[in-house]
Amino acid sequence: MARETRAFDAVRIFFTGVGGQGTLLATRLVGEAALAEGISVTMSEIHGMAQRGGVVESSVVIGNAFSPTIPDGEADILMAFEPLEALRALPKCHAQSLIIANTAPIVPFSVATGQSTYPELAALHGLIKEKVSNLMWLDAVELARKAGSERASNTVLVGVLAGSGRLPLGKSSWEEALKRTLAPRIVGINRQAFEAGYAFSRAGGV
Amino acid sequence: MHELLQPGSERKQLLLGNEAIVRGALEGGVRFVAAYPGTPSSEIIDRFYQLAPEAQIYVEYSVNEKVSMETVAAAALSGVKSLCAMKHVGLNVAADAFMTLAYVGVKAGMVIVVADDPFLHSSQNEQDNRFYAKMAGVPMLEPATPEEAKAMTLEALALSEKYQMPCMLRTTTRVNHCRGPVALGDLPGNGSPPRGTFTKDPFNLVVIPMVGRKLRLALLEKLSRLQAEAEQSPLNFTVGEGKWGIITSGVSYLYVRDAVRDLGLEQRVKVLKLGFTFPQPRAVMRNFLRGLTRVLVVEELEPFLEETVRIVAQESGLRVLVGGKGDELIPKAFELDAAKVKRAMSNFFGVSYQSPEVFSIPQLPQRPPNLCPGCPHRATYYSVRKIFGDDAIYPTDIGCYTLGILPPLRMADFLICMGSSVATAGGFSKVLDRPVVAFIGDSTFFHAGLTGLVNAVSHDHRFLLVVLDNGTTAMTGHQPHPAVELTPQGKVQPKVNLENIIRGCGVARLATVNPLQVKKTQDVLQDLREHMHEPGVSVLISKSPCPLFENRMLSRKQKVVFEVDASCDLCKKCLEEVGCPAFVWEQPAAGASRIRINAALCSGCSVCAQMCKSIKPRRLDDSKGGNQ
Ligand SMILES: Cc1ncc(C[n+]2csc(CCOP(=O)(O)OP(=O)(O)O)c2C)c(N)n1
Ligand code: SF4
Repeated sequence: MARETRAFDAVRIFFTGVGGQGTLLATRLVGEAALAEGISVTMSEIHGMAQRGGVVESSVVIGNAFSPTIPDGEADILMAFEPLEALRALPKCHAQSLIIANTAPIVPFSVATGQSTYPELAALHGLIKEKVSNLMWLDAVELARKAGSERASNTVLVGVLAGSGRLPLGKSSWEEALKRTLAPRIVGINRQAFEAGYAFSRAGGV
Repeated sequence: MHELLQPGSERKQLLLGNEAIVRGALEGGVRFVAAYPGTPSSEIIDRFYQLAPEAQIYVEYSVNEKVSMETVAAAALSGVKSLCAMKHVGLNVAADAFMTLAYVGVKAGMVIVVADDPFLHSSQNEQDNRFYAKMAGVPMLEPATPEEAKAMTLEALALSEKYQMPCMLRTTTRVNHCRGPVALGDLPGNGSPPRGTFTKDPFNLVVIPMVGRKLRLALLEKLSRLQAEAEQSPLNFTVGEGKWGIITSGVSYLYVRDAVRDLGLEQRVKVLKLGFTFPQPRAVMRNFLRGLTRVLVVEELEPFLEETVRIVAQESGLRVLVGGKGDELIPKAFELDAAKVKRAMSNFFGVSYQSPEVFSIPQLPQRPPNLCPGCPHRATYYSVRKIFGDDAIYPTDIGCYTLGILPPLRMADFLICMGSSVATAGGFSKVLDRPVVAFIGDSTFFHAGLTGLVNAVSHDHRFLLVVLDNGTTAMTGHQPHPAVELTPQGKVQPKVNLENIIRGCGVARLATVNPLQVKKTQDVLQDLREHMHEPGVSVLISKSPCPLFENRMLSRKQKVVFEVDASCDLCKKCLEEVGCPAFVWEQPAAGASRIRINAALCSGCSVCAQMCKSIKPRRLDDSKGGNQ
C-alpha cells in the first residue's frame, strides 16, 4: 500500500478561518485522503477558546516530516477560509507557497461596532499577491451555493486544493476521504461542492 | 458502534492524541474512568462518556480533579483498571491526593493523564507537571505522537500493575490535539459492568504517621526498582550517529528530527529520545553522553531533563559541553517548533542555518473570542454594571463568562484560578470600602466555589456572589455537572439543587433571577445593593441555560429574530453597553449610517429589545434552523 514518498518529500498545509467555518473538517478531509493514499500524515488542531467566534488554526503535514505544526515561513500551502485571516496568516508562507483563499468576509466584532475598519478586499488581495504570486482568490461561499449548499464552502476549498495538483493524492483517495469523514446524508452535497472547487482549480483558478 | 470500539485492525485510523489514549486504555482493559474536563484533556473523558453504555464501563464527570482521582483510586485499589485525566492545573487541585496515593498505591492498573499546555492556548499558566511526578515519586511516560500515546497508555497500565502504584502519562497540547495514524489492537471482550474486591488492610491503607513512615520507605524501594525499569525501557531509544548529541522527549522529539534533517546533520548528531522520563534513566544518559563532545537538551518549559543531564555529566567526570535553556538556545516560555530548534542547534553546534524570510503584515483588526449572541452571561453583566457601576470590584472566575473581560462589558477585575472569585471577594471586602461583586459559573461553583462560600459566611465577608447558572460546563464543551437539568433525553430534575445548597451554607440573602428578564433582574440587584451595608454574604443565582447547549439538547428551533427599525436615533447604547456580536454599525460611503442586527447571528434572546424601543421582533418561518 505504501508508496514511494521521497519523490515529493513533504508538503505543509496551514489552515486558518473563523470558528464555525468548518476548517477542522477540511483539515480532516486532507488527512484522510493522505491516509487513503498510503502517505504519512500528521495534523495539529487547536480546540478551545477558538470556538467563540475567534480564529481557528490547524495544519496538515504530509510526507517525510515529523512535526505536526508549521513554523513561520514554512507553509507550502495556505488554506484561508476568510480573506482577513488570509493576510493574518501570510507570515506562515514563503514566496513559492500556494494560497487558496475564500473572499467572503466575516467581519470581526471590533469592525462591526465601528472601532476598527475592515480592509478593502482589493487591498488584502494586493498585499498578499505582492509577496506570494501563487494565489487562488475565490468566493467559495458562492461556488458552494451553486453546488447546492453554502455550508459546504469548506469542501469547495478542499476541492480547489485537490485540483491544484500540489498534492500527490489521487481522485479515489479524495472520494474515500469524503466517505470516511462525512455522515452519509451529506456526502452527496459535499461531493458536488468538492467537484466545483476541483473544476475551478483545473480551469486555472478563474 | 462507537468509532473507538471497532475491532482491532492493521488499517490505521486517524486518531486525535486524546482518542488514542482512550483506545489504549480500552485495549488495556480499563473499566473505570473519572475526570473533570479541561483543555487540552477534555476529549478523553468526553469520548469515554460517549462510549460507556456500549462498552459497559463506568464513566463519570467528577466535580473536580481531586474528587476524580480519589474515586478512581478506590476503584483501582479494588482491582478495577482505571484512568483519570486532567489538564495541567487540575493536578494542583488533585495534588493532595496524588502525593499520598503514591505511598498507598493501587492493586490494578491506574493511569493519571496530565495534559500540559505550553503557550497557554487555553489556560491560565504553563506549569511543567513533570516536576509533580518527581515530587511524588510516581513513574511518568511522555508520548510524542498519537501512536505513542496509545502505546504508552498500555505501558503505563502495565507498569502500574507491576509496581502497584499509579503511573502518570504526561502530554502536551500538541500531543493531545495532534491527529495521526494509529493501528488498532484487539479489545478485551468483557461486557459486564466493573466489579472489584476489597481486602481490609488498614495498616497499609490508612495513612496515619506510623503507616506513612513505612509506606515512605516502601515507595523509595519501589523507585529504585523503577529506576532499573527505566534504564531497560524500549521507550528510551537512540537514533542517528555522530559526535554531537541531542536529548529530548515528547513532541520536541519531532521538531528535533525535522531540524536534524533540514540542517543535514544526520551523520553528525545522535538523538536520545526519552519516553520514560521519571525515574530519569541516568545510566542511559551516561552511556549516551560518553564519547560525545556537545549535547543539547531540547525540551519545552523547564530544564527538567537538562538538570539531570548536567548532574550525570558532572558525576561521571565527562568532558562534554551541555546546552539547554538559554537566550540563544532553548527558550523556557511557550512552545517550541522546528524552526526554534534549528536556530538553537545552529547556535550550539556552530552550523549555518538560514532562517526563512518571514513576511510582515500591517496591523489588522483583532478577532478575539467573544460571548455568543444570546449568551445569558452578557445579560447578567449588563444588568450588574447598570446597578453597581464602575466603582465596584468584580473578582471573576474561569469559564465562558471570563470573556466578560472584553470591552464593552469590562466585567472582570481579578482572577487566579478556579474558585478564586469567592475567597478573593471575601479578602477584598475586608480591606476595601468599595462594593464587591464576584462572578462564578455553576460548574466552577461546584468545582471550587462551595468551600469558599462556607468560609465567607462563617467570617462575615461582605460581598455579592453572582452564580452564573447556565446549566452546563460550557467553556470546555458543554459537559454535565451536578445540577444539570438538560439531557439528550429532555429536561430532568437536577440531582443536586443549587439553590438549596447555597441556602444551606447560611448566606444572608439569596435570590434567583432569569437574566434575560432585564427589568426584573435589575430590580432584584437594586434591592441587594441596598442591603450591602448589612453584614453577610448575598448570593444571586442568575439562571438561564446556555442557548447553544439548550438548542442541542432539546433540538429547539429559533422562533424570532430582532431588527432595528427606522426610529433608531443612533445613540449607540446597544453597541457601547451590551456588545452583542450580532450588531453591526454600518457607515456606507454614501448615505446615512445605521445600526443593523445580523439576522444570521441573532439568537432571539430579546435582551436588546428590552433596553431599546427601536428594536422589534420578527417571526421566523421554519427555514432558519440551527447550524448543521
Ligand atoms: C483546575 C482547572 N480545571 C479545569 C479547568 C478548565 N476549565 C476552565 S473553565 C471550566 C468550567 C467552566 O464552566 P462554568 O463555570 O459552568 O462556566 P461556563 O463556561 O459554563 O460559562 C473548566 C472546566 C481549569 N481552568 N482549571
Ligand atoms: S457557549 Fe454558551 S455560555 Fe459560552 S459564550 Fe456561548 S452562549 Fe455563552
